[in-house]
Amino acid sequence: MKPFAYEAPTSVDQAVTLLAEKGERARPLAGGTDILVQVRRGFHNLDLLVDVKRIPELVRIDYDAEEGLTLGAAVSCAVLCEHPTLQAHYPGLLDAVSIIGGAAIQGRATLGGNLCNAAPSGDAIAAMIALGGEALVAGPEGRRLVPIASFCTAPGVTALRPGDLVVALRFAPPKPHSGAAYVRFVPRGEMDIAVAGAGAWVALSPGGTTFTDARIALSAVAPTPLYVERAAEALAGQAPGEDAYARAAEAAQEAAKPIDDMRGTAAQRQHLVGVLVKRALRAAVARAGANHAGTGMEA
Amino acid sequence: MTHKQIVTATINGELTEFLCEPHQSLLSCLRDVLSLTGAKEGCNDGNCGACSVILDGRLVNSCLVLGVEIEGREVTTVEGLAGWQALTPLQEAFVAYDALQCGYCTPGMLMAAKSLLDRHPNPTDGEIRAWLAGNLCRCTGYDKIIRAVRAVVPGTAVAPKTAEAPETADVLQTVLETASVDQVKEA
Repeated sequence: MKPFAYEAPTSVDQAVTLLAEKGERARPLAGGTDILVQVRRGFHNLDLLVDVKRIPELVRIDYDAEEGLTLGAAVSCAVLCEHPTLQAHYPGLLDAVSIIGGAAIQGRATLGGNLCNAAPSGDAIAAMIALGGEALVAGPEGRRLVPIASFCTAPGVTALRPGDLVVALRFAPPKPHSGAAYVRFVPRGEMDIAVAGAGAWVALSPGGTTFTDARIALSAVAPTPLYVERAAEALAGQAPGEDAYARAAEAAQEAAKPIDDMRGTAAQRQHLVGVLVKRALRAAVARAGANHAGTGMEA
Repeated sequence: MTHKQIVTATINGELTEFLCEPHQSLLSCLRDVLSLTGAKEGCNDGNCGACSVILDGRLVNSCLVLGVEIEGREVTTVEGLAGWQALTPLQEAFVAYDALQCGYCTPGMLMAAKSLLDRHPNPTDGEIRAWLAGNLCRCTGYDKIIRAVRAVVPGTAVAPKTAEAPETADVLQTVLETASVDQVKEA
């Protein structure tokens, strides 16, 4: 590996200063499961890695029934999966978090890293888009919120500017009668990368008879994890059921722009999008049904 | 620009100080600096699990950790499992169930299995298989490894199939008992 310097600041300000000084030649180091592999292969030419795991704000999990969920960008997947609040209120997020890599990757990999790696197949990115998540970004000019749906701009490319650091991922508190799910297709059960994936979030009317809102996001079928804007239109006002799911699946298939690669063909992925969107919607609706008024609001 | 750094960490229960380059992996620090050659380099990119160690109670691929990151942290490697005379029950089960052939994946398998059992003392076969999915073995076909791990789960052990298996353990015991400490250290 080409030599680089290492710093482990203990505040966001220190980290941003270090990153801003080096610009393109510095990167944050969270779990290291992508960046260290990429540096070793010569994909980046870095002078400095800034370890962000000693910054308290980046390794915290905060939940408040009013404010929602704030996940430090450098919390490991293993810690997220064991967290009772996430298990209770954000199972659709854990669907994706729990399938990234095997046990040893889970012990290190982070949501901030998954997002900044900006892989088209990033399972957690699609799941976070479906949940309507935002990235809290700190930079030389201060802090800002970036919708996760517009965070990734091309394979491996993000909306971050030199000196920027993703501090946390933020999600609204779960609405009553809402639910989310993420599913993917992989030939292996574990340690695999999505051939295609779909995340869905739905909100139902109090009686559960119609969709009041929905979001669908796809992975591995476009240059970035993809927010399917038209799927919400296809579902609004419809009754949960196979007809509505088929309409949403069709909208998702129209939005998808899959390619042929070593993991699958464009045609297979196009087909999978339909199957996976329906599966994600069925699971999300089932969770919404279980999530009665009030139960989603307790910490 | 880059120079060696002093790192202080608890490794296998002992407070340890070592020097390493900032870009040196924990795996390289363990093997090349500290002469703890149990953890193996396979793929060096987080796919094979041969370098698995436990860092602050979490299983990690030591090839994907920088040595400098472990300042103040605790690391357990395969060398930290057994004492001079006695293997752990998990290691004994690997011997009794022939859960290794070439042995290259074994240190990583043992650390992965240990981390599973530390967290989930009663895993199902499916949970064992899923947990070990990040540890590749090209010899055993995995079944013997799964059986060995299951052997240390209370109430679920299946007796080793081969009559030789207990003898293998006996032979190892004899070696451990008769070899001088120096010989064991050299080996």
